[in-house]
Amino acid sequence: MSTVTLRIWRGTEDEGSFEEYSIERNPGMVVLDAVHKVQAEQAPDLACRWNCKAGKCGSCSAEINGMPKLMCMTRLDDLPEDKPIMVQPLKTFRTIKDLVTDVSWNYAVKKKIKPFKPRKPDAPDGTWRMKQVDVERVQEFRKCIECFLCQDVCHVLRDHEKYDEFIGPRFLIYTAGLEMNPLDTEDRISDLKKRDGIGYCNITKCCTVVCPEHIKITDNGIIPMKERVVDEFYDPLTRLFRIFKPSKKSKAEESS
Amino acid sequence: MARQDIPLEQVSVGVTARKDNWWIKPLLVFLGFSTFIVYSTWAAFQNADYFFNGNGAQYLSPFYSPLLYGQADAHPVFGTEHPAWWPGWLPFSPALLILWAPGGFRFTCYYYRGAYYKSFWLDPPACAVGEPRKGYRGEQKLPLILQNIHRYFLYVALLFIVILTYDAVISFIFVNPDGTKSFGIGIGSFVITINVILLSGYTLGCHSFRHMVGGKLDCFSKNPVRAKSWECVTCLNSKHMTWAWFSLFWVGFTDLYVRLCAAGIWTDWRIL
Amino acid sequence: MTAWAEHEYDVLIIGAGGAGLRAAIEASSTGARVGVVCKSLLGKAHTVMAEGGMAAAMANVDDRDGWTTHFADTMRGGQYLNNWRMAELHAKEAPDRVNELEAWGAVMDRTPDGRINQRNFGGHRYPRLAHVGDRTGLEMIRTLQDHGIHQGFEVHMEVTVTDLVKDGSRIAGAFAYEREHGRFVFFKARAIVLATGGLGRCYRITSNSWEGTGDGHSLAYHAGAQMRDMEFLQFHPTGMVWPPSVRGILVTEGVRGEGGILKDKDGRRFMFDDIPDAYAHQTADNEEEGWRYIRGDKEARRPPELLTRDHVARCINRQIKSNMGSPNGGVYLDIAWIKEHITDHTGHIKKKLPSMYHQFKELAGVDITEEPMEVGPTVHYAMGGILVDPETQMTTVDGLFAAGECAAGLHGANRLGGNSLSDLIVFGKRAGEYAAKYAVEHGDVHPDMAAVERARLEAEMPFDHPDGENAFSIQNDLQSLMQDNVGIVRTESEMQQAITGIDSLKQRMESCGTGGNRDYNPGWHTALDLKPLLTISEMIARSAESRKESRGAHHREDYPDKDEQEGRLITIIEKADDGGMSLTKQELPPIREDLVAIIEENQKK
Repeated sequence: MSTVTLRIWRGTEDEGSFEEYSIERNPGMVVLDAVHKVQAEQAPDLACRWNCKAGKCGSCSAEINGMPKLMCMTRLDDLPEDKPIMVQPLKTFRTIKDLVTDVSWNYAVKKKIKPFKPRKPDAPDGTWRMKQVDVERVQEFRKCIECFLCQDVCHVLRDHEKYDEFIGPRFLIYTAGLEMNPLDTEDRISDLKKRDGIGYCNITKCCTVVCPEHIKITDNGIIPMKERVVDEFYDPLTRLFRIFKPSKKSKAEESS
Repeated sequence: MARQDIPLEQVSVGVTARKDNWWIKPLLVFLGFSTFIVYSTWAAFQNADYFFNGNGAQYLSPFYSPLLYGQADAHPVFGTEHPAWWPGWLPFSPALLILWAPGGFRFTCYYYRGAYYKSFWLDPPACAVGEPRKGYRGEQKLPLILQNIHRYFLYVALLFIVILTYDAVISFIFVNPDGTKSFGIGIGSFVITINVILLSGYTLGCHSFRHMVGGKLDCFSKNPVRAKSWECVTCLNSKHMTWAWFSLFWVGFTDLYVRLCAAGIWTDWRIL
Repeated sequence: MTAWAEHEYDVLIIGAGGAGLRAAIEASSTGARVGVVCKSLLGKAHTVMAEGGMAAAMANVDDRDGWTTHFADTMRGGQYLNNWRMAELHAKEAPDRVNELEAWGAVMDRTPDGRINQRNFGGHRYPRLAHVGDRTGLEMIRTLQDHGIHQGFEVHMEVTVTDLVKDGSRIAGAFAYEREHGRFVFFKARAIVLATGGLGRCYRITSNSWEGTGDGHSLAYHAGAQMRDMEFLQFHPTGMVWPPSVRGILVTEGVRGEGGILKDKDGRRFMFDDIPDAYAHQTADNEEEGWRYIRGDKEARRPPELLTRDHVARCINRQIKSNMGSPNGGVYLDIAWIKEHITDHTGHIKKKLPSMYHQFKELAGVDITEEPMEVGPTVHYAMGGILVDPETQMTTVDGLFAAGECAAGLHGANRLGGNSLSDLIVFGKRAGEYAAKYAVEHGDVHPDMAAVERARLEAEMPFDHPDGENAFSIQNDLQSLMQDNVGIVRTESEMQQAITGIDSLKQRMESCGTGGNRDYNPGWHTALDLKPLLTISEMIARSAESRKESRGAHHREDYPDKDEQEGRLITIIEKADDGGMSLTKQELPPIREDLVAIIEENQKK
């Protein structure tokens, strides 16, 4: 049985160091297994988050060999064998301890976004009618498991710390999922431009690269939202056109 | 939330824990774009060898199409003399009158933006790699907020597709020595036709176009025609990067082909 | 500085999965001050793992469906050990609860005419499971979370409750610790809802995450509540078996719902071998009919792979035991075979089972559109749990409510797939509603502060022996003990062994300790998890030992048949005055007459 060496960040935001641990390697092992083995055998106080261990809950986010990944979905076989595996906490968020970071900012951001507001039900029994083709775009975004890897890799947060001006890829597609929902009557386009800072995204697509759910965050979510912002704010022709054709928001106001 | 109070250490440019060769891709992009920019600028200033009619063919370089002012045998739209308002200090070339349009379309294209922000501006050099500058305005503020003009370049680019399609049709019509015209095929006909196909694939897969044809709708089922169009554009759009590169390479090659034939260095083989 | 921080609520909800969040939304809507405590981050609860869907007789796909059929299916699935009133309420209210999710932003798969689509599932007579691909649980929790954050309740994330505190016979608060810095918190509350979910972590092979340590069961038990039918533990027939690191992770029943078949090592489809009499008239007797059923033919009967989970798990277990299994100790589950019937089978599978496709591709290197999966039974769900009043969800302790998996009654001896998600929202809502009502009606409480102090000392104990035994190894030993002795097929002697083993593990727990400091310390947390784990393990072993028959998920090698007398009794466990575990049997109340008629009517179909 071969062994594998991990270099894991031990400590907090302010102080700490990488510690090396060597463990026995099992077939099919993922990085989270390796971390658990270290925890059970060598360092019981090694902190890490995890829940489902199947890529469904998005708890075990970390940076493995420098790339943001889910520990439970990263197989040791896919990493170079000759070098120790670097495991460190998400850089964008404050490290609480070891591999655990303070992601509370994300929860605060979500709360600011206007919630879902459906149109009046279509049927007397209070239900709606929607075709599958109308919900598929939204369903893609709703696959999101909130692992916040996209938030971590996005340089607007990671390097430029625009926490007050930019909501990050996760919440841009969250907003996109609400905006494209055929039932929704709320208008979040103005928020996207001003408060949420969609313009800070410079489309480098790192969020799409790291998404464990393979959501095309940039192409299917952020860029369509940027285009809707253009419609609303930067395109004189559509503004002119809207004089004759009322927008979603004003339609919603009429119906309610 | 306490988050904002804790300053993150800004890592310097190129610093990362990544162990793969992350710098290769941005480097290749840098070299690819640079090569094209240098070549196209040079070619644009030539004001010569943009039209080939050696063997009866009528090949016009895409860098010079539509030809507004230029040599008589290439059928310029307005005449052979360049316009009076052209500034004296700038050497005249008909390419300069039109290249701003496809240039602007590509410069403001969502794919190119992401690519050159990384390769040329290192913002960031690659995912999870440190950056050179602390300040950042993104496209939220001037000057890059102007990128939002992209859809207007799209309108022009769509017009160019029509013009280049016309050129492609013309490339199959050869002028016989007696002045009559007949259908023919040269290697150049293929080169020019492939060019318009690749440019169409790139232009029609544009993110703004995708939004326009149907993406702005919340409910597809009420607009089946637009839904179908959106589906087609989405299909092209999913390979937008590939279309962007192939069409970029080929448009340069098309100019080169016409140029070398016109200069008598290459021979255009007539197949039919 | 005080030894703990304090918060005060009208209703405190412990657990933020489907049931907890639904309860919180309901309680908040009455204007009550509501706090929610969860062990992980918000939105990470085990509900996200639910794949197949939520059962509700909306009759969107098959208009013959209705609450009576759903009720009868649930009762038969539970071998009539269910609380019939809960089964009735569940069947009646589930459609409204599902529609409500849509009003809150859930985006479920659609029928061609635009309504919520429903799929087939084991034990359900008609297509009944509202779903979103194979990530229905994620959709549910995200919907409740995104709706909930605007309802005004407070969420305390990564906080673990270690003890409940009473005021006389009434519940009065909960003692907890927050993981980030290991600080203690006391929540004073007029009513408490337990929504802590499952207990699978006392087994080695389980689909449950680290959170499934039976906290709610244990908290209720130590607070004096009665527990019911703890012997009924569902083994999901299809968990992953290879590679070792993913052993136990769930493979959704949806795979079989979409046409997946079970095969032995020779490629033989063994599920036709053994079809229980109660289901024979509803089960296809040839492969062709089974396939027609999958494709929506209303005349066809279901393939045997869609029999109830207890039965399928035992069939698989039998194949493995008789050396007819796959190389890594499972059997084959094959969905790729549908290429015989479907032209674009690859696209179809990826569309219908996207997360299964990725799970196998990324974790096992298996392409399920081309190769069969290796699967085996995994501990999945506790049918037993805290005894509750069917209408209000109140336990036998005043002011203490329970909903979701930790509460018992709805599922009887075996749960049908899809009934758990609907359970969460139906009874989560009821628990929240009645807890808020209780809080208003009963006013202020005066918690026994000496008990809070005792809870603090107990929680600090692991730090008293920094060189004590590692909690992880005690947990591992317990998991092996339970896996080997209280598994799918049980016998008297093995269960006795388990009970003795648990006793000695209790001794070891006393001396277990942890190093390090109190900040986010998994060693400490694991040490604190031992108490609930040992409590529930003992309950399971003792209950299982006491039921001398085989019924539903409980299968005795020494009593392989159903026993009519035993089948009328439920097993009640509560804490005796001397601190030991007392076990009694209670007669099931007779089923209301009109419901009996419904059951009989459906048995004829």
